[in-house]
Amino acid sequence: MILERGDFALLLDALQKTHQVIGPTIRDGAIVYDELSSATDLPIGWTDEQDGGTYRLKRRNDEALFGYVVGPQSWKRFLHVPRQRLWQATQNENGIQITPEPQATHRMAFIGIRSCELHAIAIQDNVFLHDQFTDTFYQARRENVFLVAVNCGQAGGTCFCVSMNTGPKATSGFDLALTEVLEDGQHYFVVEAGTANGQLLLNELSQRAASNEEQQKAEAISAQTATQMGRTMDTAGIKELLAQNLEHPRWDDVANRCLTCANCTMVCPTCFCTTVEDVTDLTGEHAERWRRWDSCFTMDFTYLHGGSVRASNKSRYRQWMTHKLSSWIDQFGSSGCVGCGRCITWCPVGIDITEEVRAIRGKE
Amino acid sequence: MVIAPEKQFINSPTDPMLPQPYRIERVRRETHDVFTLELRPANGTPVMQFAPGQFNMLYVFGTGESAISISGDPNDTNRLIHTVRAVGTVTNAMQKLKRGDCIGVRGPFGTPWPIVEAEGSDVVIVTGGIGLAPLRPVIYHVLANREKYGRFALLFGARSPRDLLFARELEQWRGHFDFNVEVTLDTASSDWRGNVGVVTTLIPRTQFDARHTVAMICGPEVMMRFTVQELMKRGLTTDQIFVTMERNMKCAVGFCGHCQYGPHFVCKDGPVFPFDRIAGLFGKREI
Ligand SMILES: Cc1cc2nc3c(=O)[nH]c(=O)nc-3n(C[C@H](O)[C@H](O)[C@H](O)COP(=O)(O)OP(=O)(O)OC[C@H]3O[C@@H](n4cnc5c(N)ncnc54)[C@H](O)[C@@H]3O)c2cc1C
Ligand code: SF4
Ligand code: SF4
Ligand code: FES
Repeated sequence: MILERGDFALLLDALQKTHQVIGPTIRDGAIVYDELSSATDLPIGWTDEQDGGTYRLKRRNDEALFGYVVGPQSWKRFLHVPRQRLWQATQNENGIQITPEPQATHRMAFIGIRSCELHAIAIQDNVFLHDQFTDTFYQARRENVFLVAVNCGQAGGTCFCVSMNTGPKATSGFDLALTEVLEDGQHYFVVEAGTANGQLLLNELSQRAASNEEQQKAEAISAQTATQMGRTMDTAGIKELLAQNLEHPRWDDVANRCLTCANCTMVCPTCFCTTVEDVTDLTGEHAERWRRWDSCFTMDFTYLHGGSVRASNKSRYRQWMTHKLSSWIDQFGSSGCVGCGRCITWCPVGIDITEEVRAIRGKE
Repeated sequence: MVIAPEKQFINSPTDPMLPQPYRIERVRRETHDVFTLELRPANGTPVMQFAPGQFNMLYVFGTGESAISISGDPNDTNRLIHTVRAVGTVTNAMQKLKRGDCIGVRGPFGTPWPIVEAEGSDVVIVTGGIGLAPLRPVIYHVLANREKYGRFALLFGARSPRDLLFARELEQWRGHFDFNVEVTLDTASSDWRGNVGVVTTLIPRTQFDARHTVAMICGPEVMMRFTVQELMKRGLTTDQIFVTMERNMKCAVGFCGHCQYGPHFVCKDGPVFPFDRIAGLFGKREI
C-alpha cells in the first residue's frame, strides 16, 4: 500500500490512541529514541555521519523523515529497561514478606525500527523468553509492542548488516514496514503489513495499493542500501575461528587500546547483562531489589571471593567479542551481533569489531 | 560408558526471581568459619524438592544474595539444609542470623550430580574444604541406596584439623564397612595420626574399577585440575569425571550473564559438568 507523506501523521495519530508512541528525535546532537508527540518531533531533513569513534548530524538536502541510520540508543531500553525493581520486602517480628513487582501494562509503538534492530529484539527474545526461564518483566512489555519498521534508505559508515544477514530490508518480525521514497518532488511510503494487526491499521490509513513501479522503487532503495555498507565482516566459520584462538596475540594488541569503558556493551542492542542492587530504607524494615544493566567490561562482573576471574583488559575484551560472535551461537543458535555498528561508532578510541575479526583471521 | 546427562531442567521453581521466606529452625556451627542452616518454609508450604548438586540463592534481608548448594538429605522432606562458609558481605551477615530469623530462598537451580547415571558403577568423591557440602547429598543418597552402587570412596582434604567439616559425620561414615572414607590434612601437628598432604595423593591407593567408575569432584579449580589428572592416570576418561564450577551469579536463571564460562551458563548448564564438556576451557586463564 502507499502512504503519502501528507498522511504520515495519521499513522502516529491512530497509534497514539492506544499506544505510547516512541521514535527517533534529536537530543544533544544525536538521534535518540523517545516519546513522540507528533511527526514534527522526528529528525526531519537530518542525516548522520558515522565512523570509528565519531558521530555527527548533518542537514540533508531534502525533507526525509528517516534519512539517517541508528543512533547511540537502541530499543532495548524500552523492553529490557536499564533499571527494573524486581520486588519489595518488609521485615517485622513475624518474618519477611516479599511482594512481587507489578508488571508493566502500557502498550508501546516503536516507529522507525530498523531491520538490524528487529533482529536484535528477536535475539533478546531468545534470552528472555525462549530458554529455560521466562523474564516476566521483559515479556509483559514485549507482548504489548507494535513495531513499525523502516527499511533503511542509506547505510551508515559503520553498518555491516549485510554481512550479518540482518538487513537492510526488514523481512519479518514487524507489524508494518515502510520504505520512504523521495523522488521527482514526490514523497511517499511503500508500506507492507507483517501481521494481522498491522494490516488492520494499514487498511484504516491507506486505500491506495502500491503500483508495480512503486514496489520496484522500494526494492531498488533497499538493494542500493545493501551496496553501501560502511563495514563488512567475513563470518564464515567464525564460531570456531574465535573459540580456537583464545590465546591469539591480537587480544593483547586490542587490550592496549581498549579503555574497558563498557560503551560498546551499553549501546549494543543485544547485550543483556545485568547486576542487582539490594537496598533498604533508613528504618531497615523495608528492602527492595533492583536490577540494572551491567557490562562484562567491569572488574566486578566476575568477582569471586579472592579476586576477579577476568582481571585483565585482554580477558574482558575477549569475553565481549567471543560472546558476541562465537559462544552466543552455542548458547542461542544465532550470532549475538546484528551488524548495527554502534560499538564501532561509540568506542572512544574507535576499536572496530570487524577489523579485530580480520586481524584474527590473519588478513590485516 | 557413562552417558552425560543432557541439559535437564529439573525441579524448576515456579517464580524463579522471587525469594520465598524460610525460617531458620537451627544453626549449627561446623568449624570456625562454616555453619549449617536448617530451614523450613515460613508459610507452612512443603519444603522444596531438590536433586543432589542443586543450589539455592539465599537472601539475607536488605544485604543481598549468595549462591549456596543444598547440603542436606534429598529424602528429608522436613528441612532444607545449607552449609555456608563466611567469606564476605552476605555470608558474614548470614552467620549472624539466629534460630527463628527469616531468610529468602530462590531455587533450586542447576544441574545435579549424576547419581542415576552412576548406578551400577563404583563412585569416587574427591573434595576439599567447603566442597564437601555440595556432595553430602550424594553421600546420603548412595548410603541409602547402597545396593545400587559398586565400591564407594570419599577422599576429603582439609587445610588443618580445625577446618574438618562434618567431623562427627565423617567418623560415622568411616564406620561403614562398604564406604572407604579417607581424610587428609594439608598441615597437621604431631597429634594427628591421619594422612598429611593434598587430597590428590589419596587417589593412587584408592580401589575402584576404572572402567566402571564415576568420579565427582568439588573444590578449588587447581585442586580439580590435579584431581582430574590423577584420575586419568588411573584410567578414567573425561566423560566419567564430573566437576562443579563456581562463578559470580546474580540471577541463577540465565539472564544476568555473570556466570558465563565460555559457551556455558554455570547457573543453568551447570554447576555440575561432565568434564568432557568443559575440558577445552578448563585451565585456560581468565575465561
Ligand atoms: C553454584 C554455587 C554453589 C555454591 N555453594 C556454596 C556452598 O554450598 N557453601 C558456601 O559457603 N559457598 C558456596 N558457594 C560460594 C558462595 O556463593 C560465595 O562464597 C558467596 O556468594 C560469597 O558472597 P559474600 O557476599 O559473602 O562475599 P563477597 O566477597 O562480599 O561477595 C561479593 C560478590 O561476589 C560474589 N561472590 C564472591 N565469592 C563467590 C563465589 N565463591 N562464588 C560465587 N560468587 C561469589 C557474591 O555473590 C557477591 O556478588 C557457591 C557458589 C556457587 C556459584
Ligand atoms: S558481550 Fe558482555 S555484556 Fe554483552 S551480553 Fe556478552 S557478557 Fe553480557
Ligand atoms: S556488537 Fe556492535 S555491531 Fe554488533 S550488534 Fe552489538 S553494537 Fe551492533
Ligand atoms: S547467574 Fe545470571 S546468567 Fe547465570
